[in-house]
Amino acid sequence: MIHLTPMDLVIASSMIILLAITSLLLQLNITKQLIIAAIRNVIQLLLIGYILKIIFNSHNVFLLIAIAGIMLVVAGFEINARQKYPLKRWIGFKVGTSALFISSFTMALLTLMVIVAPTPWYSPQYAIPLLGMLLGNTMNGISLGMDKLNQSVYQQRLVIEQRLMLGQTYQEAIQEIRAESIRTGMIPIINSMAIAGLVSLPGLMTGQILSGTPPVEAVKYQILIFFLIAAGTGFGIMLAVWMISKQMFDERQRLNLDILQIKAR
Amino acid sequence: MPDLIIKNLNLSSVSSNFSQSFDFSIPAGSCMGITGPSGIGKSILIKALADMLPHTGDVYLGETESQTIPSEQWRRKVALLPSESQWWYETVGEHFHHFDEGLFVSFGFNQDVMSWQISHLSSGEKQRLACIRVLMNKPKALLLDEPTANLDPTNRTQLESIIIEYQEKNQTPVLWISHDKEQLNRVCQQLLTLNNNQYAVTEIGDNQ
Repeated sequence: MIHLTPMDLVIASSMIILLAITSLLLQLNITKQLIIAAIRNVIQLLLIGYILKIIFNSHNVFLLIAIAGIMLVVAGFEINARQKYPLKRWIGFKVGTSALFISSFTMALLTLMVIVAPTPWYSPQYAIPLLGMLLGNTMNGISLGMDKLNQSVYQQRLVIEQRLMLGQTYQEAIQEIRAESIRTGMIPIINSMAIAGLVSLPGLMTGQILSGTPPVEAVKYQILIFFLIAAGTGFGIMLAVWMISKQMFDERQRLNLDILQIKAR
Repeated sequence: MPDLIIKNLNLSSVSSNFSQSFDFSIPAGSCMGITGPSGIGKSILIKALADMLPHTGDVYLGETESQTIPSEQWRRKVALLPSESQWWYETVGEHFHHFDEGLFVSFGFNQDVMSWQISHLSSGEKQRLACIRVLMNKPKALLLDEPTANLDPTNRTQLESIIIEYQEKNQTPVLWISHDKEQLNRVCQQLLTLNNNQYAVTEIGDNQ
């Protein structure tokens, strides 16, 4: 395996800087976010590199639970960042983390205890990267689905009220919006499953091949991961959309957008 | 056939215009007009009667209090026709379970209307179709928010007579918001005049 020098990374970073300058010139209003994301990326990954080194050498299950907990909480916060019509902080965090927890942790446990089943099952070398991929993708999906849901409900609030007036239940009144939101959240994972191998070599497989794993072995892992991510993302989004849309109506099925940060009235 | 009875209805949590509590009733088969300055909360009052806004106090349809049955059932019985109707599918037909020939024809539509694009409808057509949509639910009480505001005189007369016919045939209590005094005199037997933090109910005829 060819080791990367710091200089190699500097060359790569010049491309990001070039992109940042271009988007600044084009007034895309994305430059700041791009730079912050890139810097966070470097710091967080270096940090986790060293932390993983420590964890891999100790098989302490409590340390693993702590790390998993931190990953979950951070993902729960991130779900609500960059939303156009964000939920109130505490509600958004509650919905996000519980949907993530139920979907991603179920998939991770299934893999660790039944499918891959390393010994011990909580072996950090498997558990952490697996949970990370599940959380990351599910977070993306939930975030997209939530953005679509909140935006559609807010913009179509008069339609929803009209449908309630005509005697529809709240489920009927937002059925299309719910379905559309779930679909929006699932598009990225469906796309990447569909084009995998034809257009792109997925990340996990690429990594394994770069580090010398036989391609067919890498492919098997990649398929496993794809299925788990798709299932985890799909159920996670459904859960989040279900929880949020339920909270947008009171006990008499009146639309109540108090859970959003903007005032509806 | 049931009366619509409002007891001690309070909306102070919704709007500061409403420190008073409402007590009035609309006998079956009769119509009460609501009038008052713009922005005073006429629409808020009838939205609350359809249980679309939080309130305290009781709204009875005959013996049935609104909170004792599921809200979607209440809204089918006590139907609200908002001043501006909303449409969410591409064509007219998708918003209806079936083509109720009697109703559509009485409003001057034939079967072709079912395939019309919503985006091509005039505001008057929307209003008449919205009225059909509400009546097809066979409501037991009607709450109308300026139902003829977008209509020309011919269509206004037509809608008035259809509502009155429905009301007489089914002995429905009707609540009718309008700025048109003459219209209210034509269709209503009682008049509720809404002002800041107070209201008055008069018999039509007494205040001529």
